[in-house]
Amino acid sequence: MSTATFYDQVRTAVTNRVPVALATVVRGTSLGAKVLILPDEVQGRIGDDALTGQITLDARSLLRDERSETRPYELNGEPIEIFIESFPPPPLLVIFGAVHVAQPLSRLGKQLGFRVVVTDARSPLATAERFPDADEIIVAWPDDALTQIDIAPTTFIAILTHDPKFDEPALSGALTTEARYIGAVGSRKTNEDRRERLRAAGVDEAHLERLHAPIGLNIGGETPEEMAISILAEMIAVRHGRPGGQLSNAEGSIRGQVTSPVG
Amino acid sequence: MNEWLPEIDQWRARGDQVALATVVKVEGSAPRPVGARMAVSSSGELAGSVSGGCVETDVFTAAQEVLASNEPKLLRYGITDEMAWDVGLACGGTIEVFVEPLSEPPGEKDRAR
Repeated sequence: MSTATFYDQVRTAVTNRVPVALATVVRGTSLGAKVLILPDEVQGRIGDDALTGQITLDARSLLRDERSETRPYELNGEPIEIFIESFPPPPLLVIFGAVHVAQPLSRLGKQLGFRVVVTDARSPLATAERFPDADEIIVAWPDDALTQIDIAPTTFIAILTHDPKFDEPALSGALTTEARYIGAVGSRKTNEDRRERLRAAGVDEAHLERLHAPIGLNIGGETPEEMAISILAEMIAVRHGRPGGQLSNAEGSIRGQVTSPVG
Repeated sequence: MNEWLPEIDQWRARGDQVALATVVKVEGSAPRPVGARMAVSSSGELAGSVSGGCVETDVFTAAQEVLASNEPKLLRYGITDEMAWDVGLACGGTIEVFVEPLSEPPGEKDRAR
């Protein structure tokens, strides 16, 4: 298989949200040789079956951790290095409320690599014209929409409806899912009242603690675009296990997971 | 998250050859993480980046050699005293960049001609 064929296969898998990894010899003999690791299949070969098998095992483990790295192996007694690149499915951004802020949030979220789903019961708001970048638009009440979306530990939920009759069903449903992040708009007062109502409705304290509200990092966002950036910045921070804030006031590595050795 | 460069599809659709450069290793601080990508077309265009601009020109030259020879190569950049006037990383780390031709399968190439 040519490099272009491998590349196209990875692109197809990523488009179909199939997790794949691609291993490439980057140092030593067989430079450029590749193995493609699909969920139920392995294509290509590096060295013998034993080496290809070891690479496959390592690639599956890296893919689970959403990491890519170059590792040393041995081929016919010679040291080689293989770059294993993971292509985990894109994280999902679910936006409840097809409101003004949702428009830049959808657009910028898409640019950041999220798959974007926008949902609202109000059909004049939830349109493809207003959300040209969204991968999916669901016109439904929140509890109904939740049943139509596959929420995973890589899902980020933003609740922007500003209306208790929409946002509380969305929230009480979302808080019991495995979603990585759940945030909701509203002033501090709105959020205190909301928490009280959710408690009264039987949502337990552990679930309520997962809620990021008011949504976003503390950057004073005023325009819809600024608010969208504040929301996405908080999602990026949560994804990397970081508090946000200014790098000039922080210590340690400036990129990725806090535990990452990457500087 | 993985990087995709829409330019690659445009260049290939046009019949250009493409070289793909990927950061495969980072030691210490580096401007871009593992997986960062840059592509170069046989017409001499460049998209994406593998460092904050520190080594792109050198990778560009290497990518053109890779396209000419059709052989991949591994580049290593760091900062040393000897390199102070040459290309290198300002932030003190070391990166390795793998450059490979995104060659079409033989049949495809024939059809493109």
